[in-house]
Amino acid sequence: MSLDILKYPDERLKQASQPVVRFDNALRAFVDELEETMRAGSGGVGIAAPQVGRFERIVIVDISAMRKLPAGSSSSGRMLLINLEITGWEGMVMGREGCMSVPDYTGNVIRAERIHFTACDEFGQSHEYACEGFEARAVQHEVDHLDGLLFLDRLVSRRTDLFRRKVYRKKD
Amino acid sequence: MNDHWYMLTLVGRDRPGIVAHITHALFEGGCHLGETSMMRLGGNFTIMMMVRCAGSTHVLEQLVAGQAESLGLRLHVDRIEGGLHEHMEPDVRITVYGADRPGIVAHVTGALAEAGLDVFDLISDVGGTAQAPIYILQIEGRALEGIPALASALEIVKGEGVDVQITPIELMVG
Repeated sequence: MSLDILKYPDERLKQASQPVVRFDNALRAFVDELEETMRAGSGGVGIAAPQVGRFERIVIVDISAMRKLPAGSSSSGRMLLINLEITGWEGMVMGREGCMSVPDYTGNVIRAERIHFTACDEFGQSHEYACEGFEARAVQHEVDHLDGLLFLDRLVSRRTDLFRRKVYRKKD
Repeated sequence: MNDHWYMLTLVGRDRPGIVAHITHALFEGGCHLGETSMMRLGGNFTIMMMVRCAGSTHVLEQLVAGQAESLGLRLHVDRIEGGLHEHMEPDVRITVYGADRPGIVAHVTGALAEAGLDVFDLISDVGGTAQAPIYILQIEGRALEGIPALASALEIVKGEGVDVQITPIELMVG
């Protein structure tokens, strides 16, 4: 069953979500519904549980259904990411984001170009991941939902130019 | 409800507080704002505002005429068709820059139009120094005949001494 998506200005989208502690059949049933909801959304490549009013740290990202994979992006297929913790960031890049919880608006947001993270699957097993480009952007967008942040909180000016889009880390 | 949408344009010397004064007058007059764009161009204040108002063009002009005059701004109001929620998503961003000289915008936009670009957003600026100015042009739009067609079209412009970057805009919806 597809679930209703909360839409801003619903205040619940601004609240932080809690870690999952029970990896049971009820969780797995919810994950199925969450995924169905993501796939029913127009062009949605990711979804976070708080977008459907469940304030637990559950995210699904799958960019593999896109017509054309964006250049420079990893593609890991369907990723169910529970209690996700980002452990490393590298590079910065500007890109255009929209959100199923913010209809009829898109904006430019700066995100890390590459990220490393750990997350549990539906059985509580921890896994390590590395993503880059568009896929890394999708993961970071969904993690923000878990922390009560929307891409609206990270908008950069339309005049932010491309010359500054890459920021290299200082060498240690 | 007999409200109409108008495009209200103001131009004049920039000074602090213009937007606050004008929008306050509109709010007090019962108007609603839609999409707006304010820019400082060459030290001038410029703004275009979609304003929803129950009255005529004249009524809207009268609401802000006093403030506009006291702030030294020229005012223009047009009744417009259309409304909100008509956003178009661009799929390409083009940046062009080089030593400033006449014709850069005309040549670039001409080439892009021939190659099927529908421009949604264009901003340009002059940087560098007064002795050696550089022109920077940023365009977003939809490539109706694909991005490779735009790249081919701009090859000719590149030969005229400007640098060009074409970047696909890949919208991520999460």
